[in-house]
Amino acid sequence: MKQQSFWAFIIDQHEKLLTQTLQHLGLTFLALLLAVAIGVPAGIGIARRRKWAPLFLGVAGILQTIPSIALLGFMIPVFGIGATPAIVALFIYALLPVVRNTYTGLTGTDPAVIEAARALGMSKRQMLFKVEIPLAMPVIVAGIRTATVINIGVATLASFVAAGGLGEFIFGGISLNNTNMILAGAIPAALLAILLDTGIEWIQKQNYRTFRRLLFALPVLVAIVFLTVLAFRSTAPRLRAGFTPEFMGRQDGDLGLRSVYGLDMQATVVSDAIMYKAVYENELDVISGYSTDGRIKAFDLAVLEDDKHIFPPYFAAPVVKTATLQKFPGLEDALNLLAGKINDSVMTELNYRTDYLQEVPEKVAKDFLVSRGLYKAPVNGRAGTIRIGSKIFGEQYILAEMYKMLIEGHTNYKADTKTGLGGTKICFDALTNDAIDFYPEYTGTGLLVLLQPSPDVVAQVSKSPEQTYAYVDSTFRKNYGIQWLKPIGFNNTYALMMRAGQSGALHIQTISQLKSYLEQE
Amino acid sequence: MITFDAVYKSFGDNVAVSDVSFQAHDREILVLLGPSGCGKTTTLKMINRLIEPDAGLLAIDGKDITQEQPEMLRRRIGYVMQHAGLFPHNNVEENIAVVPGLLGWDKQRTRQRTEILLEKLHLPAEILKRYPHELSGGQQQRVGIARALVADTPVLLMDEPFGALDNITKSNIHAEFKALDELKQKTIVMVTHDIEEAFDLADRICLMKEGRIVQAGTPKEMLYAPVNDFVRQFFNRSRLLLEHKVVLLEDVRRFLPHPEMVLQALGLPWNTSVWAALEKLNAAATSPDHYDQLVQAFSAFRKTQVSQ
Repeated sequence: MKQQSFWAFIIDQHEKLLTQTLQHLGLTFLALLLAVAIGVPAGIGIARRRKWAPLFLGVAGILQTIPSIALLGFMIPVFGIGATPAIVALFIYALLPVVRNTYTGLTGTDPAVIEAARALGMSKRQMLFKVEIPLAMPVIVAGIRTATVINIGVATLASFVAAGGLGEFIFGGISLNNTNMILAGAIPAALLAILLDTGIEWIQKQNYRTFRRLLFALPVLVAIVFLTVLAFRSTAPRLRAGFTPEFMGRQDGDLGLRSVYGLDMQATVVSDAIMYKAVYENELDVISGYSTDGRIKAFDLAVLEDDKHIFPPYFAAPVVKTATLQKFPGLEDALNLLAGKINDSVMTELNYRTDYLQEVPEKVAKDFLVSRGLYKAPVNGRAGTIRIGSKIFGEQYILAEMYKMLIEGHTNYKADTKTGLGGTKICFDALTNDAIDFYPEYTGTGLLVLLQPSPDVVAQVSKSPEQTYAYVDSTFRKNYGIQWLKPIGFNNTYALMMRAGQSGALHIQTISQLKSYLEQE
Repeated sequence: MITFDAVYKSFGDNVAVSDVSFQAHDREILVLLGPSGCGKTTTLKMINRLIEPDAGLLAIDGKDITQEQPEMLRRRIGYVMQHAGLFPHNNVEENIAVVPGLLGWDKQRTRQRTEILLEKLHLPAEILKRYPHELSGGQQQRVGIARALVADTPVLLMDEPFGALDNITKSNIHAEFKALDELKQKTIVMVTHDIEEAFDLADRICLMKEGRIVQAGTPKEMLYAPVNDFVRQFFNRSRLLLEHKVVLLEDVRRFLPHPEMVLQALGLPWNTSVWAALEKLNAAATSPDHYDQLVQAFSAFRKTQVSQ
């Protein structure tokens, strides 16, 4: 299927783009407003009591160094999902530049001017508002400017906690191998950053008089953004759904739910890393999960039956370039040692051990190989290094570790894992560009995300897992010189799931029942 | 009248001011003079409580200044600093209006007062909307003086007020400053390390060294009745010039052969300094005899002073 042009995509999706842009701005501004409301007084405070400055700036500095994804992860247990954790995280990132610049601006005031202010009979308060803050204003505004640019960037990650923003397009596009979608998120985000940066730079250069006038415009601006964000928030549906960015754009995902079931869940976009926990903690009611995920068991979730069969079962198998197999003789045999060895329940069990029992993937992988008699101690061969890729979820980590052990035990090669690649597109691009040698992929993803054939072809080849496998293998060989090795055995497919308790209470066992429940008055 | 009575101040182990007692009288310019680090600036800043003394009594018109809130005290005391200390974010008009603003004057009153001061300080009206960085050093200093004078306080403190100016600007501004009627009613305490400036402006001088007052008195007493060698040597470098400045025509009158003729030729009153008279005679160059007579009379007068 030919991809539509970038402009066609923008025109097609302009409503979503507008919503996401406004959400993005709303999140950024609210966090900034908080950071200014708290950061400026804090900066003034530590400029007054300087012995507190190293402590306060140190703590703010440490918070700043927490990776943004990790910070969002910490926020979920406390604030749930949605705009709140995103705003808190953005606030934490904006705080340091605001506090530090306020402090620097105030402590950098010319002592002669301060002495003049005292000598003329100004009180401490008058000095602060008439002299110190006005003089520090360019430096304070510079801090707000830095914080704004940081926040525009970090706000793209807000989509991980279902807070919306342009990250929905960016990460959806990465998962769905859709460059237009990535650009539709990335370009507006970059433009926003540039626009705000230059805008604030202009403000910075104004003299204090103009600045005071601008100050009156600020609450108006914030109110407008806030109201717009509120206006775009849809009313809470009866059941709150959270789907991954990838699921949102796939035929065997939200698109299929709409077209085949006629079901519009008005789902928020949420990352798969936090989705299960969110439904477990009652932040969401329906999620798009993977059928083999260990957390289904761990969190006592109920998988809804796909009674109209929009989620065909998919094999998992390593994808590797034919040229690589020729370059490393014996590699294919080593990889195929795992073929047919892991069925659905075994994979779910292994996932459960990493996802819920918090065992490290290496241990889970080794235990499994040992139990099947496949484990051999590494021979420390020097014939070359095989680089194994994996996507950023537990199952792929386990598989990558198993392959590493198989390669190092059964061949003379060394193996290197490059785990946590952020999505199908990143993995596949890494493979075609020889940044990795192989990674475990799912036939359905290969079909719907990477090949994207016409709907007729999809319907025809997804009648059975075997047909899908045969189609993707032959087409990959033809198009990319990449082949699918023997399937590992388990089927991983999308599934809608709910908390088992709620599913029982509402008598929802199938997707059709879900639809009729939502249609009840 | 400002009274210091046994005032002490230390910064850590460093004694800045030790047992300082003096009075600055109404309608006089008292100059605190001395080498750097002598404690003169600390002394000045204790008057408006920018620095608080460790011990001793400090009173204005007999009232202990520690009894008053510092902000209120400072609003009643004009203050001029070395680098003008203007607020860079305010224009000239706003800078001058700071204290009236603090005192709650209405705008009309502030504007009228500002206009009067601009005229007296020879500043053009268009300067009001300019910012300090757009002014010359001399203009900044005049604006700084206007800011200190605007509230017409009875006390004026000046911390090296002309220190940042070059010598030509300085002597012009000295002459103007002396002539300002605004200053005639005030008690003025000024800090300087510039001996000539002290002699140009002071009614009385307090010469300080290492935190103590070595001698307080009129400029003439400093030259002709030094209390010790430090005082004598302190003024040695420019002694001749200073003497010409402190000796008045009436002092040398009895050594002039024809006093009335000289006075007529000069067209100056008897309380003119010998220096000013010689400058005028020299510039006119019409009566070289008078010039010589005056030089000789000054020498004769000087002998009587030095031999004392």
